Amino acid sequence: MSGVAAAEEVANVRLERGQEILRVEDLKTHFPIRSGLLRRQVGTVQAVDGVSFSLAAGETLGLVGESGCGKSTIARTVMRLTEPTDGRILFKGEDITGFSRSQMRPIRQQMQIIFQDPYSSLNPRMSVEDIVGEPLRVHDMWKEQGHARVAELLDIVGLSPEHGKRFPHEFSGGQRQRIGVARALALNPQLIILDEPVSALDVSIQAQIVNLLKRLQDEFDLAYLFIAHDLSVVRHISDRVAVMYLGKMAEIGDHHDIYERPTHPYTQALLSAVPLPDPDARGQRGRIVLEGDVPSPSNPPSGCRFRTRCWKAEDRCAEEVPELIDRFGHGHPSACHFAELAPDSVGSGDAD
Amino acid sequence: MDSWARFRTHKPAMLGAAILVLYTLLAIFAPWVTPHDPVQQQLVQSLQTPSAEFWLGTDHLGRDVLTRILYGTRISLFIGIAAVVVGMGIGIPLGVVSGFYGRATDMVIQRIADIMFSFPSILLALALVAVLGVGLNNVIIAVGVAIIPIFIRLVRGQVLAVREEAYVDAARAIGASDLRILVRHVLANSWAPIIVQATISIGITILVAAGLGFLGLGVPSPTPEWGAMLGEGRNYIYSHPHMSTFPGLAIFLAVIAFNLMGDGLRDALDPRLRALEA
Repeated sequence: MSGVAAAEEVANVRLERGQEILRVEDLKTHFPIRSGLLRRQVGTVQAVDGVSFSLAAGETLGLVGESGCGKSTIARTVMRLTEPTDGRILFKGEDITGFSRSQMRPIRQQMQIIFQDPYSSLNPRMSVEDIVGEPLRVHDMWKEQGHARVAELLDIVGLSPEHGKRFPHEFSGGQRQRIGVARALALNPQLIILDEPVSALDVSIQAQIVNLLKRLQDEFDLAYLFIAHDLSVVRHISDRVAVMYLGKMAEIGDHHDIYERPTHPYTQALLSAVPLPDPDARGQRGRIVLEGDVPSPSNPPSGCRFRTRCWKAEDRCAEEVPELIDRFGHGHPSACHFAELAPDSVGSGDAD
Repeated sequence: MDSWARFRTHKPAMLGAAILVLYTLLAIFAPWVTPHDPVQQQLVQSLQTPSAEFWLGTDHLGRDVLTRILYGTRISLFIGIAAVVVGMGIGIPLGVVSGFYGRATDMVIQRIADIMFSFPSILLALALVAVLGVGLNNVIIAVGVAIIPIFIRLVRGQVLAVREEAYVDAARAIGASDLRILVRHVLANSWAPIIVQATISIGITILVAAGLGFLGLGVPSPTPEWGAMLGEGRNYIYSHPHMSTFPGLAIFLAVIAFNLMGDGLRDALDPRLRALEA
């Protein structure tokens, strides 16, 4: 398998555009399935199985895929909350894969995470000031900055400094997510991993949070790894988009590549499911409805993992794993043997 | 606060609390409440039945039973509370370590807890007193150790649940130390059932300590202690039942008061637990 070759190709493209901040090479995170009295390992969940991508400073990479495809595992593995099975994670060119906890501490100042659920990600027994100030305490910066910094952070995310004395249960979901954003910003990171940051929020609030994240990105020159389960959320914030399916990367490319000329059938199917804002345009676009469920990551299909639900699948798909390579010279790799530009590109009629 | 309001309106809990407040006041003000001495023997007035002077009668050595019960409150409540402090002091850290680190550590600690659980508390306490010898401190240690496994199990379960919360991951992502995560995040969100269990456990420790006293393995003789009084009255149970009845009632009331309060605290602190049991 030449996952590494694909990774390098991706990385090389990145290096031309800006300073690379994060690179993930052939990352694999497998979880053992144990059962029986002796807790013998009877199988492996291949949550992430050979994923590569890179991210430049100040850039947003949208990472999209269905539930259970390994998106969140990537987030957790990059943050070293879960140990990778194989592969490398490079932060600013430094391989942090084998870093100990103490080695990770300075890295954590520069790389932070925002979680999906704004209800469970804030300790209910801590005041907002304690929550937002905790990174400062952990990194011995409380004495110099302390209250003033917390007040500043709350102001930055659109809360009032007086909110610091309150507890999480006194806030709405959107406000809680703002608190989570303030905590992530406390140490002035350069990279923030957003693990479905708006999925748990009301649609009306989602836009507010996405706009807040955009503003912060401009203000602080942040790089985002923005994880979402549908393409419409990341559309307005991503410079590039990566599409995942069952632990593997299906397609990765520029905003334009993915939305205007997707080549992987899975991407095409996802795009066709995005509702169109113009009612007249509905029905004129061919909708691709995928059949069946996502197969179990503990027993993925041979060859191409998408073949069981793909309308293009042929014998070759079961035998040969499609590599993530640039098939049309667009500089946007696609992991499909039969990658093709969709007739009247599915995603056209851009909402913007 | 919400929980406090729920506790205040919980009638059985308030009854338990009232009994305990009464006990505490009587224990503190015992010398002013009763004119008699709890230890001084007055053989001429031995084995008297309840009367205007000796409300609950006298024992075989002529000591006022009520006076001894009041002074005994000091000893019994102290043993009960101190033993729970000992049990929590050892059980909580073990439970936290067991639940948080898992794997071999968890395995070893849980098997130890299994072994301790397989003996009834009274038997375990009895064996420990046999090894340590009698005396106030040894009784506290013995009874305290006997309830350690309760806290190991309880806290481990709590930690297992809380450590999966996203805010624990968030603390890890920040780079917080294990100690910080355990104290500020895990334990801070586990205290409600621990407090409930502690309250109920005081009832258990009082009962176990009284059992030791009954067998003559508690606090040495002249000191008034409920279990020991019960044991002393055993030989006179047919002729002078007041000697053991009233200390027995004192134990019964104290245990039930702690249980009522524990139930009330559980309902007040976590109403969901109540729904589960119903």
